[in-house]
Amino acid sequence: MNNKNKKGIEVSIALSESVKLCRFEAISAYPITPQTHIVEHLSELVAEGELAAEFITIESEHSALSACIGASAAGARTFTSTSSQGLELMHEILFIASGLRMPIVMAVANRALSAPLSIWNDHGDVMAARDAGWIQIFCENGQEAVDSIIIATRFAEDRRVLLPVMVNLDGFILSHVVEPIEFPAQESVDAFLPSYDPLYTLHPDRPLTMGAYALPELYTEARYAQENALINSKDVINEVMGEFGKKFGREYRVVESYNCEKADTVFVAMGSMNENIMTAIDELKSRGKEAGLVKIRLFRPFPSEELAEVLSGKKRIIVIDRAMPGGAMNGPVFSEISSLAKIRGLDAILSNFILGLGGRDVVPEAFIDIYNESMARTSTFVKAAKTNYRIVGVRE
Amino acid sequence: MIEVRFHGRGGQGAVTSVEICAVSAIDDGKFAQGFPSFGPERRGAPVLAFLRVSEKPIKLRSRIYEPDVIVVLDPSLLAAENPTLGLKKSGTIVINTGKSAQEIKNMFPGFRVAAIDAYSVARDELGIPIANTTMIGALVKATDIISMKSMEDSITERFGRLAQKNINACRRAYNETVII
Amino acid sequence: MAKPMEQYKWHELNAGCVIDEPGSASEYKTGSWRVQKPVWDDSKCIKCGVCWMFCPDAAIYQKKDGYFEANLDYCKGCGICARECWPCAITMVEG
Repeated sequence: MNNKNKKGIEVSIALSESVKLCRFEAISAYPITPQTHIVEHLSELVAEGELAAEFITIESEHSALSACIGASAAGARTFTSTSSQGLELMHEILFIASGLRMPIVMAVANRALSAPLSIWNDHGDVMAARDAGWIQIFCENGQEAVDSIIIATRFAEDRRVLLPVMVNLDGFILSHVVEPIEFPAQESVDAFLPSYDPLYTLHPDRPLTMGAYALPELYTEARYAQENALINSKDVINEVMGEFGKKFGREYRVVESYNCEKADTVFVAMGSMNENIMTAIDELKSRGKEAGLVKIRLFRPFPSEELAEVLSGKKRIIVIDRAMPGGAMNGPVFSEISSLAKIRGLDAILSNFILGLGGRDVVPEAFIDIYNESMARTSTFVKAAKTNYRIVGVRE
Repeated sequence: MIEVRFHGRGGQGAVTSVEICAVSAIDDGKFAQGFPSFGPERRGAPVLAFLRVSEKPIKLRSRIYEPDVIVVLDPSLLAAENPTLGLKKSGTIVINTGKSAQEIKNMFPGFRVAAIDAYSVARDELGIPIANTTMIGALVKATDIISMKSMEDSITERFGRLAQKNINACRRAYNETVII
Repeated sequence: MAKPMEQYKWHELNAGCVIDEPGSASEYKTGSWRVQKPVWDDSKCIKCGVCWMFCPDAAIYQKKDGYFEANLDYCKGCGICARECWPCAITMVEG
């Protein structure tokens, strides 16, 4: 196989170059490990005049996202990026961005939450922000991260959507790896992504009010309208991903599957762990066993139809989470899948495994062990256990 | 797929080495990954960096536990830790050392050894004992996974006005590395 | 608003609940909240405009003759004008 059109580049730098290709007009971000290289490179691109954007320096993530809302309200294509505690410091503003329908694009280099302090990867940060009304995409590798920025910018600004998007990439595991990336040509991106034509902008010549309050008579309708936009955005996302595939030759879908046709047992997972799971599946195949992988690329809005289709008829569903449940019955991805299974009447034994927390390295062999353990289970409910999930590799 | 684990100390350029190697391998038309052992940067502390080079797309997102090759950037690391941990049988040790290749071979029987006094080369060519670009030359000689042409291009792109000195160090190591 | 807010259906709202009619707050007449209203004694008024400046609802306006009056469609009767009027030209009275 040849790799000639690809360039070896660190994923954070590649993602920033993708932001440049999208001609973002305003950027406000506060540096935090492991997102730092993204912000550093963007500030260089702006300083060197390669990207004609306003780079708004601020003193915190709360201010960064606030500045982004201001820029977006003024009609600028707006980008930000953060990680971990930075995302949580933005938390209050996340809801305002989605409620005001600002199509801000944010790259989240996923990192564990303190305490104890950890700069390493897991999905704890984004899971704490999963219901903030943002569209959320999870990337498997660097190429997906680069392409997802372009795709996200396009559908975020679609008049049928007008919602902010988080593009999640695993901190360090993706953000700090040099790997082969194919960059689309500027002309192709320009053709795919017309300049942002906002529905409303703050302008002195045409006064309007953004962020007014809603009395109880109106709040339900206002939030229902926003929820509808989020739910219906999935159709637009599918459409834009389809168009991207046709134009750039790299196909993306909101839910993707690997080796699912033959397999009765499937993994469900998100992010860079998918690659390790696929390697484990290949290894299982060489041992005469079949397993599949269902990749959730779009986590919000939750792609229930697509998942129900690919999961129907499966006998065992192994759900992988990369975040602590925080007192919930299961990990966050499992909770969605078990809810889906009940609603759609999927007759499968479900199991939930949590691993890769706070940068704990995950190897393909872990998924072979998980597969074997799942095959031995006779029901979804584990009677003797206090919890219905298992933390893989915890020393007891 | 060839998996290489670099052993160095913070500030010696282990991460830069794997980045240059990965970029060069990709320029050669191969698939590659180069990444640090993620964490805070601590000058002087033993650090790891990882390199995978393959003819096929790489579907792996984990550290390297059983490398085909280790590159030891600093001779003192042999006393501080065991860099050969997990090294595959008949794997290759590419080492910066004042000792002879045979002496290293005697210390680690069963492994292939590629030895170069990289500090001495780096002092001559760069004026400072930073051995990473030198050791890349030794790695190319020992493994042939990356072309010298791509390597020189990557060094040129990375180091700008300091590139030629680093290329000289890299070339000298390529020529002078002793493999047994 | 073109109609009372409790009559709006969700799909009739602008994206992000943007209010795109400038000055639409003027449709909302707050005068009915009032218990007392300000009355000016023009013989004491020196036309300094402190009442106009302090009115939190911008309900005080200057008449052609230079004296001041409250627009009773909007004046909530808070009494700030009377409190701030240092020549004591304003009295709050029932109504």
